[in-house]
Amino acid sequence: MAADLVEGRPAAAAPFAIELKGISKAFGPVQANKDINFAVPKGTIHGIIGENGAGKSTLMSILYGFYKADAGQILINGQLTAIPDSQAAIRAGIGMVFQHFKLVQNFSVLENVVLGAEDGALLGPSLRKARAELQRLSREYELDVDPDALIEDLSVGHQQRVEILKALYRQADILILDEPTGVLTPAEADHLFRILHGLKAQGKTIILITHKLREIMEATDHVSVMRRGTMVATVKTAETGPEALAELMVGRKVLLEVEKPPARPGEVVLDLQDLRVKDEHGVERLKGVSLQIRAGEILGIAGVAGNGQSELLAALGGMMKATGTALLNGAPLPLSGRGADGQSRRHAGIAHVPEDRQHYGLILDFTAWENVAFGYADDPKYQANALFLSNEALRADTARKMETFDVRPPDPWLAAKNFSGGNQQKLVVAREFEQNPKLLLVGQPTRGVDIGAIEFIHNQLIALRDAGAAILLVSVELDEIMSLSDRIAVMFDGRIMGTRDPATTDERELGLMMAGMTAKGEAA
Amino acid sequence: MDYNTLLQILDTAVRFATPLLFACLAGLYSERSGVFDIGLEGKMLIAAMCAGAVAALSGSAWLGLLAGIGGALVFALIHGVTSITFRGNQLISGVALNFLASGLTVLVAQRLFQQGGRTPPISGEARFNPITLPFAEEARQIPLIGPFYAEVISGHAILVYLAFASVALTWWALYRTRFGLRLRAVGENPAAVDTAGISVTRLRFTALLITGVLCGLAGAYMATALQAGFGKEMTAGRGYIALAALIFAKWRPIAAMWACLLFGFFQALALRPDVVEWMVRVKVPVPFLDALPYMLTVFVLAGFVGKAIPPRAGGEPYVKER
Repeated sequence: MAADLVEGRPAAAAPFAIELKGISKAFGPVQANKDINFAVPKGTIHGIIGENGAGKSTLMSILYGFYKADAGQILINGQLTAIPDSQAAIRAGIGMVFQHFKLVQNFSVLENVVLGAEDGALLGPSLRKARAELQRLSREYELDVDPDALIEDLSVGHQQRVEILKALYRQADILILDEPTGVLTPAEADHLFRILHGLKAQGKTIILITHKLREIMEATDHVSVMRRGTMVATVKTAETGPEALAELMVGRKVLLEVEKPPARPGEVVLDLQDLRVKDEHGVERLKGVSLQIRAGEILGIAGVAGNGQSELLAALGGMMKATGTALLNGAPLPLSGRGADGQSRRHAGIAHVPEDRQHYGLILDFTAWENVAFGYADDPKYQANALFLSNEALRADTARKMETFDVRPPDPWLAAKNFSGGNQQKLVVAREFEQNPKLLLVGQPTRGVDIGAIEFIHNQLIALRDAGAAILLVSVELDEIMSLSDRIAVMFDGRIMGTRDPATTDERELGLMMAGMTAKGEAA
Repeated sequence: MDYNTLLQILDTAVRFATPLLFACLAGLYSERSGVFDIGLEGKMLIAAMCAGAVAALSGSAWLGLLAGIGGALVFALIHGVTSITFRGNQLISGVALNFLASGLTVLVAQRLFQQGGRTPPISGEARFNPITLPFAEEARQIPLIGPFYAEVISGHAILVYLAFASVALTWWALYRTRFGLRLRAVGENPAAVDTAGISVTRLRFTALLITGVLCGLAGAYMATALQAGFGKEMTAGRGYIALAALIFAKWRPIAAMWACLLFGFFQALALRPDVVEWMVRVKVPVPFLDALPYMLTVFVLAGFVGKAIPPRAGGEPYVKER
């Protein structure tokens, strides 16, 4: 059947590649999808946007056979199709590129492509056929990867190409991509969109799930917006704009541009010279980083994940040993040994919102008020007497912070794991921001956070800056770096490639620097 | 030490390596599929008892073998149901099965034969007897290779040859077949297998069934070939040594064979204190020699082999995301 779809498309082709009618799905009391109707015309790129928990992933999982819908119909190329499992979805010509790649790390590209699509019990013939087929596909769609390379040796951009190749090898006619650019550099993302346009030109249908409005505007023909399990609108991309889409997603007006008054930088708060960090394998991850941050300014660190930003945060936050010199308000800050632990950093006035809130920011099984106490439990205002903590004081303080930072639900007794990603992040942000730190370290402040909460966290960051804090912001989201930072430093391979003024630089220049090139285009 | 003594030790090493090899390959299938199996020991033990008892009662080694495989399969299925279907802790399931086997075998053997938890000694058709390979006697005339062929290669029970054939078969299955590709994949990243439209559960159960058959062979060999009947706790930790050999071999079949031969060699050496004394020029107490294979296991597990990376999804029940 899949072969029919590819080779002999019926003459009177149905206009829609996918049509969903009245799809509903509930998990217990939670209605994840409510009476979803939408249709994707053949040979188009269709965007789906919505906040976390809006039901996008559930809907795509139903299309890919992971879940069975409680009600509703799926039509593929005009034919009513049942999709009880992934095998059925593949047979119907649907290919899926997940946000977290489903690749076997120590397999070659070829083995990953063949897995599950073998032609017989013996591997040899399948591998030979796949090798030839991959050559053809890579010529046709700019999808060049070495078929014999191991996945673990490939960059994420290349791994993503392998996922696309997997789908095409299975003769997918409809390609679903879930948040495909989250892990890519701007250049890799551009390449991806060139590939997608090439696929579209060949008559493939593409569904693009993303929360980046810019990508929707640039790449799609139509866009559907989901909010709280329902499809609130499907519009032609050319007839809408980012502001209108954001409003549809959130259900209220959202300011996409961060409004910030000009920075009024004061004294130098942090002065770093020649900071070096080795990881547990003895590999140098920071190779001599020098930077300064002043009071009342945000220094944004741009870079592709894994170029030393995490180590920079960890070293300053007291989680990793480092060498070099660091001055905090003119006083030396120990980088190893005594005084180089997280607790000493807190006492020195450094607050840290770690990149991975679920591993380093929170203990998920503990309640909100316990989490708010972490690191600051020795604060005099929480002590009942010489021996005991005052849990009441902690809970009252937590309730107050939850109100200030709009954490929902505002219940100090709820375990951290029961909050949504955005509200978990707000809990961490509330704990750290409320210390009125001299220096704030922030890693990926809005990763996995929905658009309403992003706006809130961004505004809080600006407020803290205007209150005179020095802020070191690390983010892989270039948009975020560009809109929040007063100065931007680009990191590549453990070094600072250069510092730019956000007003006079652009994504192209930063993108090149993130890839290790200087502005003129030569490799550093 | 003369050449003949060396050949005798190697011959014994091959015999001792055989149950380790079956068990090691059994563990390979299970662990490559992402299911840790500390219960190799228990499966071998139950298989040894079933094989010994049925061989004693029926007088047929082959019926004994079938019973041994059957017993190990039942245990493998229990492990599968607890750790795959109900996503239980694989170590706890394996340990529990080891305890169950330890008690159950003695109980049943005592109930059946009233000989203190042993089966009666078996002989003749009830045992797998050594078979002499063609030209073994004639080949003795050829220097070096001839006696090696006659002493070490020839003169083992059929199961010994089956064990070594299983190594080649496993290598071929693992690296040259569709099943092998999927098996290796499911132990590394079950989500990749699942999204490719293949059932993780079915694949893992298949692997566990192969594990059961191989453990059955290991146990049956213990009771009906290596020794003449089942005895209480007769596997004596071989299941754990097989696991150590598996780690030593980094989950690869050919390397597993060498690892098992090495462990078998140490066990064989423990039987020859005279040779050891000649080698190290010091009288070594026999209990120390008996402990040698186990001490080797400790060294191996203490990371002496360098970095052994287990299948990445090992020990984790697969839960479908989103």
